[in-house]
Amino acid sequence: MKILVCISNVPDTTTKIKFLNNNTTFDSAGVQWIINPWDELALTRAIELKEAHAGAVSEITVVNVGLPTTEPTIRKALAIGADKAIRVNLDPKDAYTVALQLSEIIKKDSFDIILCGIESSDYNGTSVGGMLSELLDFPSVSAVSFIDIEGDQLKLKREIDGGQEIIGISTPFIGIVQKGIAKDARIPNMRGIMMAKTKPLQVVEPVSADLYTDFVSFDYPKAKASCKKVDPDNVKELVNLLHNEAKVI
Amino acid sequence: MNFEYSEEQKMIQQAAKDFAERELLHDVIERDEKAIFPTEGIKKLVELGFLGMMTDPKWGGGGMDTISYVLAMEEISKVDSSVAVVMSVCNSLVIWGLETYGNDAQKEKYLRPLATGQKIGAFLLSEPEAGSDATSQRTTAEDKGDHYLINGTKNWITNANSASTYIVIAQTYPDKKHKGINAIIVDKNTPGITLGPHEKKMGMRSSDTHSVMFNDVKVPKENRIGEDGFGFTFAMKTLDGGRIGIASQALGIASGAFERAVKYSKERKAFGTEISNHQAIAFKLADMAVKIENGRNLCLKAAWLKDQHLPYGLASAMAKQYCADMAMEVTTEAVQVHGGYGYVAEYHVERLMREAKLTQIYEGTSEVQKIVISRTILKD
Repeated sequence: MKILVCISNVPDTTTKIKFLNNNTTFDSAGVQWIINPWDELALTRAIELKEAHAGAVSEITVVNVGLPTTEPTIRKALAIGADKAIRVNLDPKDAYTVALQLSEIIKKDSFDIILCGIESSDYNGTSVGGMLSELLDFPSVSAVSFIDIEGDQLKLKREIDGGQEIIGISTPFIGIVQKGIAKDARIPNMRGIMMAKTKPLQVVEPVSADLYTDFVSFDYPKAKASCKKVDPDNVKELVNLLHNEAKVI
Repeated sequence: MNFEYSEEQKMIQQAAKDFAERELLHDVIERDEKAIFPTEGIKKLVELGFLGMMTDPKWGGGGMDTISYVLAMEEISKVDSSVAVVMSVCNSLVIWGLETYGNDAQKEKYLRPLATGQKIGAFLLSEPEAGSDATSQRTTAEDKGDHYLINGTKNWITNANSASTYIVIAQTYPDKKHKGINAIIVDKNTPGITLGPHEKKMGMRSSDTHSVMFNDVKVPKENRIGEDGFGFTFAMKTLDGGRIGIASQALGIASGAFERAVKYSKERKAFGTEISNHQAIAFKLADMAVKIENGRNLCLKAAWLKDQHLPYGLASAMAKQYCADMAMEVTTEAVQVHGGYGYVAEYHVERLMREAKLTQIYEGTSEVQKIVISRTILKD
């Protein structure tokens, strides 16, 4: 069984977001790039599956659509425990572009389990996994919070309103995973970091693709309003502020 | 000259930071207060390969350079120096000494389990009357033909209880003074070894420090490291590298306190504005930043020299003396920036200040470092 984990290269979640050129360019100066946290958890679970089912899982590959600047992030995935990596040499402009490039990679190989984070922490599009499923005509399950191998099948769990749904599914399939799929992202150990240098990282040129979206500009969220404190005994003042100033009642 | 870290070095730095914040931070105050050994933290440290991180992979180590070691030590020491000191003693003193001067049989038997973290090591040099003056060893290793018979007491031994493998510095030929000293590998469970009570320390309280008593402890001759009488040179060479570890630890204590002081100064308001906007605080932070940068550069220089196989004894003494004294200054100022909150455990800086004090004392006091530095620069 071969597992493919799709990883995005995203700014560290504590990054202060700034834009340049009239809000049309993300200012990447000084930004630390990381594996998208959902993808990192997916990779961690893939490694756990390989460790727990050594005979069943033969190989873990990570794939990223990005320019050479994403390679440190890919190397980290290799240090954590992926066996090999593929980088599609393209600066992705939207979710469809990413999904299309990934689908071409998957068509060329025979992956049994394809894992994507439910969203990326930069654009939060929550689109790639679903699009990939459509492009490949593979079954997919979204919001997966547990995955294990049971014989020829996979056992999945997903959070639903008021409980959990338990699903059995055959391979190949696309698992769109959310937090909970692994407890914590795995920290690479010294041996992994050393071995990451020599693991294969294949660079693939992209296929041509139409763009279906037209990026205009970024915008900042509205600044948070300052906090007003009202004396607990002064309910009249609280109602007055909510009614006349905040206009919420 | 290149000041940029390699991708591997950055990855190790981040791994150490993630480890410290995820595995150590949550209970560091409680472990310090109750003097509880960080068993779980050390287990994870071993899993991540930090204990033998610089050892040749053929002996089970990580094969990393000393720069990476400095970066990892700094990150872990920002959070918990009781864990960092286990890492420093194992890497710099025990493992490095065995790897550099041990024979293949000793490496197979003792180095491999240490480098893979199956066992923890301790370095037994200090005595009740021989701390900085390491030539005055009272512990004896009497030559009995096929074995040594060790008698004496060692003091302030880090990892004394948690370690399985000791490297003991002892006098075999008292008339030869320091040239009669040997370094001998001793299994902790050898009959005749007893431990004193856990030392109640001012800082690094969850590290495991005891005195160790030897009463007719019989050790095979094959456990001696190097030629007969090599022990003093062994100890001095090993301590040269050890100073890089403790310097990096002091650096981490300082930078950990500094980061907390910066964060607090941006949150705490006084006289209508964040205290970082007051020059009295801003200038303190500027002074702290410059000192930390100086300390980091000294550590990295010493590490770089070691990695290039160039003499690094002077550089490591400079790094150790400067970083230890600097950590004391910076942590004191970090407490001051925090005001009353700095004096209570919850804000961590009082603990870091207590930890800083020890770096001025162990593995050669700041005064001993100045002896090393001055003798070296006045030699020619």
